[in-house]
Amino acid sequence: MSTVKEVDDRFKRFGTVSFTGISKINDFIDHLDDGRVTGTRCTDCGRAFFPPRADCCQCRTSRMQWFDIAGRGRLVTYSRLAFAPVGFQDDVPYCIALLDYGDYKVFGRIAADLPEEDLKIGMEMVTTVNTLPNGQLNYVFKKER
Amino acid sequence: MNKVAIIGVGQSKFVRQYPGSIRELVFDGFKEAVADAGITAGDIGASVVCSAPEYDKQRSPAGVLAEYLGLNPQPTFYVESLCSSSSTGLRLAYALVTSGLHSVVAVLGFQKMSEISSSESQERMGRGADIQWESPFGTMMPAYYAMYARAHMETYGTSPDDLALIRVKAATYGQLNDRAVYRKPVTFDMFGDPNNRMSGPVASPLRVGDCCANADGSSCIIVANEEKTKAFGRKPVWILGTGAATASVNLAGRDLFTGLSAAREAARQAYDMADVTPEDVDVAEVHDCFTIAELMAYEDLGFAEPGKGRELIRSKATYKEGRIPVNVDGGLLSKGHPIGATGGSQIRTIVLQLRGEAGDIQVKDPAVGLVHNIGGVGLYGNVTILGRDS
Repeated sequence: MSTVKEVDDRFKRFGTVSFTGISKINDFIDHLDDGRVTGTRCTDCGRAFFPPRADCCQCRTSRMQWFDIAGRGRLVTYSRLAFAPVGFQDDVPYCIALLDYGDYKVFGRIAADLPEEDLKIGMEMVTTVNTLPNGQLNYVFKKER
Repeated sequence: MNKVAIIGVGQSKFVRQYPGSIRELVFDGFKEAVADAGITAGDIGASVVCSAPEYDKQRSPAGVLAEYLGLNPQPTFYVESLCSSSSTGLRLAYALVTSGLHSVVAVLGFQKMSEISSSESQERMGRGADIQWESPFGTMMPAYYAMYARAHMETYGTSPDDLALIRVKAATYGQLNDRAVYRKPVTFDMFGDPNNRMSGPVASPLRVGDCCANADGSSCIIVANEEKTKAFGRKPVWILGTGAATASVNLAGRDLFTGLSAAREAARQAYDMADVTPEDVDVAEVHDCFTIAELMAYEDLGFAEPGKGRELIRSKATYKEGRIPVNVDGGLLSKGHPIGATGGSQIRTIVLQLRGEAGDIQVKDPAVGLVHNIGGVGLYGNVTILGRDS
């Protein structure tokens, strides 16, 4: 029998560079593999969380249910980076942004093929799973089709 | 409640690369503050050491520094709230003194950022945000503040030119401050000149000129109870109010993008405790890590209505001769921003102003001063209100 314990470090696959490996919400990564971006909802109070959380700070319980980030969010704000931190230089330039879905907001990147000039605060966008050139997974915001 | 006075202030020069160790750097600010207070190290009952530890090779610097400064066997401990660490330290020192546990406490802020490269430093600073959910997208501090700038511009019509005016003001006073890292003039025209470094893009809509400089530096603030203050015979500056608040680290958890909710809450607490209003403030130091941060501070502190901050800089109301002078020591933009030392440096400037000892940057006869010191992108908000003896 092996004495080596399996470590669930799926979260290290998130983003260009992940700074976290182990998290109780690691199923998030499996959902990305399935083409879904997901948040969690407390089954006691119904509060929706994005980013997803394992625990509800309102009820102090951990009875959470996954839900899909679906439909359209409105662009709250954004910025285009001309410089990047260590590990992200190959991605420059890129835009980070925030979408408001009403019950929750989503922080992420604008799709690489969408120029900054085409962005307008308040515009409707969708969140979609994206595979990065280095094989990592994230999600990006695109114009609604 | 017992009154708490600031009896000594000091800071090192803020420089690109300090030619010494963190102990020697901290000694510079400490030496000046002890001399300023007219006391000895033995008069200090405890120290609070404030910095962001990810820049240091030394684990647990507090104990190491206490020994170097001659503060054994007195207790010491470490506090951290990113860029507002030394305001947090001052708040704790206030509590240590009002509780009666100690009668004199030294707040030591420092940061030696030059140990690591600028891009590494950006990456570490970026990790002051949400490392699980935001950093994997390649975030950094200028980009977060840029998102606030974008929202402010969209909501209120603030322009990049308004932000440039804030940098011009900072440089006006940075030239007068021999402790500042950036002492060159900055003109409005530099921002319109594509060949000038100031106009280069960093994170839209922020440009190079909108961003403060990293620096190495230290600061020291010595506080005492009323009895000791009288015994030492120093000209006291009293802590009238201290406010501190927090907000969601992830922008997705926030509702306000044209100001910092933690700053507004900290200001409300500090004004209430000091029993003063924004109109009573005669001179202020605000956390201008980026130009937009100063503009939002005007509004978050109630110096201007939300959306009207630009009118203060356009009319030069925040210049030394204006209605509410702000950052007349050059601010973080020109003075430099050695994370853990910054709050103490801001406090020092206001203490000198209230004592009438600010030299070239002295504001006319101020009685009430305010310090606004932010950690992260509004993750921590700290506001301290100081007053001279009436």
